[in-house]
Amino acid sequence: MDTTNTDGGSFNASMQTSPGSMINQYKFDEEDEEQEPGAKDIFITVDDPESHVTTIETFITYRVLTKTTRGEFDSSEYEVRRRYQDFLWLRGRLEEAHPTLIVHPLPEKFVMKGMVERFNDDFIETRRRALHRFLDRVADHPILSCNEDFRVFLSAQAWELTSHKKQGPGFLTRMGETVRAVAASVRGVKNRPEEFNSIQEYVEAFSQKMTSLDRITQRITKEEKEYLEELKEYAPTYTLWSGSEEELAEPLKGMANSLDRCYQETEEQGRQLSDCLAPALHEYVLCSETLKAVLRRRDNIQAELEAKNEALATKRADRDAEPRERGVVWQSLLGKNPEEARQLKQQRLAGEIDELKEEIDKMEDRVEWANNALKGDWGRWQRSMRSDLKEAFLSTAQKNVDYYEKCLAVWESFLLSMRAEVSEVDQRAGDS
Amino acid sequence: MMADTGSEEVAVIGNTDLTPGEIENNMKNTMGEKGTLLFRKMEINVAEAEKRTVKNAVNMQETYTVYLIETRPADAASEGTNPAPDSLWRRYSEFEILRNFLLVTYPHLVVPPLPEKRAEFVWHKLSADNMDPDFVERRRVGLENFLLRVASHPILSTDHVFFTFLTEEDGWKEMVFETGFQAKADSRLKALNATFRVKNPDKRFAEMKHYSDELQSVISQLLRVRARVADRLYGVYKVHGNYGRVFSEWSAIEKEMGDGLQSAGHHMDAYAASVDDILEEEEHYADQLKEYLFYTEALRAVCRKHELMQFELEMAAQDLSTKKQQQEELATGTVRTFSLKGMTSKLFGQETPEQREAKMKALEGQIQEDEDALKDKNTECDDFVRGAWLDIERFKDQKNHDLKEALISYAIMQISMCKKGIQVWTNAKECFNKM
Repeated sequence: MDTTNTDGGSFNASMQTSPGSMINQYKFDEEDEEQEPGAKDIFITVDDPESHVTTIETFITYRVLTKTTRGEFDSSEYEVRRRYQDFLWLRGRLEEAHPTLIVHPLPEKFVMKGMVERFNDDFIETRRRALHRFLDRVADHPILSCNEDFRVFLSAQAWELTSHKKQGPGFLTRMGETVRAVAASVRGVKNRPEEFNSIQEYVEAFSQKMTSLDRITQRITKEEKEYLEELKEYAPTYTLWSGSEEELAEPLKGMANSLDRCYQETEEQGRQLSDCLAPALHEYVLCSETLKAVLRRRDNIQAELEAKNEALATKRADRDAEPRERGVVWQSLLGKNPEEARQLKQQRLAGEIDELKEEIDKMEDRVEWANNALKGDWGRWQRSMRSDLKEAFLSTAQKNVDYYEKCLAVWESFLLSMRAEVSEVDQRAGDS
Repeated sequence: MMADTGSEEVAVIGNTDLTPGEIENNMKNTMGEKGTLLFRKMEINVAEAEKRTVKNAVNMQETYTVYLIETRPADAASEGTNPAPDSLWRRYSEFEILRNFLLVTYPHLVVPPLPEKRAEFVWHKLSADNMDPDFVERRRVGLENFLLRVASHPILSTDHVFFTFLTEEDGWKEMVFETGFQAKADSRLKALNATFRVKNPDKRFAEMKHYSDELQSVISQLLRVRARVADRLYGVYKVHGNYGRVFSEWSAIEKEMGDGLQSAGHHMDAYAASVDDILEEEEHYADQLKEYLFYTEALRAVCRKHELMQFELEMAAQDLSTKKQQQEELATGTVRTFSLKGMTSKLFGQETPEQREAKMKALEGQIQEDEDALKDKNTECDDFVRGAWLDIERFKDQKNHDLKEALISYAIMQISMCKKGIQVWTNAKECFNKM
């Protein structure tokens, strides 16, 4: 049974120090977060989507450009092409290596509603931005950015990446881990620490709110589209009217012109909503799912420990129990005398108990370390959530202010021209 | 409304028996003096609306709305006294009777329209129910507008039936019907027939008819689009209200972000609520457009009347020339026109000289009558054309002025809406900053 690998997957060898110092590594102070500008030593861009057509499939690759001064990179600049699958692979590896760290979500694989084909320009652009954000977040993370797979993702050529992907724990190992994980989750955790309970409660509520906000924003976008559809008819009708009039022709044309300009401003405002606010909210819907998964994994780790503790208790009880009839009878059937059988059993149990105790020691470290990882990353996540969403709402509000200010200018200038005309006409009437 | 200033004189409340010539004279006088309009002399208000229930002819309950018309001498306010206004109640159908009377009596004038009988061009939130208080209120305003329009018309304001409509509640209906105006109304069939068969209508009227068709079509389209746009705008604003609700719920689970979110939520609620006022004001603009939509019908009526008169004139002229030809034939003995009389006389022999003498005398008498009648008709037609065209010019000026004012008030509305939007989102921004 594979119990030495504490969390499976590629774990950076250079960090294989004592558990104590590992725990310390996960303590993020607020000061550490405030990096001076210029302290950033890695810059990544994602751009230039390109379509590739093979006999089996069509897919898009993106250019990933990296500029860095970090030591673990051989060079200071890398240009590679990656497809969505590669991003999925990377994220999977990061989660495997750090099950209780909060890894930023990727944009969804498929979009169910409202998308006719996978590769329309808006979809690609939205995805590109989300992929960029994902890599930025990983690069910003003090632990995740040191991950070996991350380095390979950024620097390896296509064939190198393919061969690197093939390494790592084999299928059976991964299956074994999955079985353990499922067993643990079925069992459930019995004594979750209070702080994680409150995080759990928060995540449930937060997830609901984000989903609602995401839906509301989509609904607004839809209503605005329909509004624009109708608004399109407005200006041409005034233009049509101006054709039948003499004195009213100019004012009516002015009206048509004003409505037209407002139409364009409304179009642009709608774009801001769908380019900026909607993706931000949607990302945090996905984040909620990530958080839930992280909490589950932490629970599972604790559940495994609890299972082991229960096993230990059972074995101890077994050892200290009165010799049982059945067991003795069985041993005597095998030709051993009862006393010998009992001693053999005690020896065996003692061995098992020692083994278990060792495993439990390791597991306790693992649990503490997982908890600290999560706690540390939790604070970090909260801060970046707050800053991300504040930014998104602020820019939306600003865009709306700009929109109304532009429309205001349009109508004020129309009013000015109308008043000038009316006073001109009045003057003429007065003169005659 | 016309921005007239001028001396106030006692109005001549004329009767409806004035000839077109006299009417035109009156109008010239009043317009020249600018200030003898009833509008200037009397304050007119449609102050209230009330529901009445009554048992009708088949003994069933019928509910209808009555409107309170208040009148007061215009100089009362300036004198410092504030006498109670005279008032009476009228229902919509009585307004209709008044208008039909004016249409028949002044066919050469563009008679102001009534507000719509049933709500049309509504966007979904607005009720199409005639009993709906908002509809009744807007109709009250429309009826007041109608009365003010009539009172400020140089000719219509002098009408006695109009005056009694405002001042005598009882017996007014009977009095109007006694004038027999309903019999004078032209049948639609007659008018349609004339439209197709008239040979030389005044070109200006044909153009005016074409214009009023175009205007009707474009305003209808505009009103339809406006209703749909209003519907959609309502949707956009109202969905933002959901932000308010969710922000509030979300703020409950946040520490630092809580306050900012909560207050931002309030602003989202305010934003969503602001659309009600915005659209209510826009309804007023729609009503102004609707008035001119209905005016096109009045314009068309004048054009049709011209065609009818012109057609009858042409018929009369043709009739006269036929008779003159007959006269000539009788005198010279030649038969150029086919007539049954001619054929029978050919078949059965000539008539006696006495018979011919009698016929010629009769024909001469008819021709004389017809010539006089034709002269009168000609004058009538000319007067009609002149009077109508004068009123159409007046109407054009009024329309241009009113619609410009309407566009200005629309712009002012939009400006107010934009300012509200700026304020709400600036406030929201401040709240988000506190997150």
